[in-house]
Amino acid sequence: MSRYSRVGRPKPQGGGLELAIWYMMRLTGLALFVLALSHFLIVHLVVDPSQQSADWIQTVRWSSMFWRAFDWLLLMMVLFHAFMGVRTVVIDYTRGGARSALLMALYLTGIVLFVIGTMVVMTMPVVPKA
Amino acid sequence: MINGYRIGEGMLAWLFHRISGVAIWAFVVLHVFDIYLAGSNPGLYNDLLGFYASPFGRILETLLGAGLLYHALNGARIIIMDFWPVMTRYNRIMWYICWVIFVAVGLPVAYVILKPIWGA
Repeated sequence: MSRYSRVGRPKPQGGGLELAIWYMMRLTGLALFVLALSHFLIVHLVVDPSQQSADWIQTVRWSSMFWRAFDWLLLMMVLFHAFMGVRTVVIDYTRGGARSALLMALYLTGIVLFVIGTMVVMTMPVVPKA
Repeated sequence: MINGYRIGEGMLAWLFHRISGVAIWAFVVLHVFDIYLAGSNPGLYNDLLGFYASPFGRILETLLGAGLLYHALNGARIIIMDFWPVMTRYNRIMWYICWVIFVAVGLPVAYVILKPIWGA
């Protein structure tokens, strides 16, 4: 446990994919510090959740290309960060066949969310702001 | 003390980071799906929104916000130490700073999210 005591996951030695993922976790983490926190403040403080019906999303929030782009960027960052983070957790606590099966299910879920999330933010018909 | 081990700040920081991370992941899975529903089945999405805006939903939102804020602050602390190793010496003081910011930012936000429960 001591290797985790002061900092996060130790920087993988030897380069390659693991090192790239380690850097990407920090890069996406930094992006999410801004994107995820501002997203939370907007949808919980600026606008009360009770007002955010499907109609509100289409006619107000997503009548703006800026917010569609913002939300899609947030989606990309959070999918990478959350799924690679849980990947580390799965690798820490499982081994062998269970690890392979869980990782496969994890990656599949991530791909499905990438597809349906991208689909809805890009294909919901635009209603210009009144 | 748990089983004779002294639980240090660093270990707690790591444990909270992991628990909040997995919890946020679980909500992200639900949240991408509910936004997909907003496009494909608005009625079902609005029903789910009713739950999010309910008193119990607001308590869960507050917990989610707390997890997100802690994960963001402690994540920044990890990044600082990863890229500026000399700061590792101040890991404890930085953890306490995280909690000061957590309380200073979190309490007002929690108040705003929760106040519709008592009609304020």
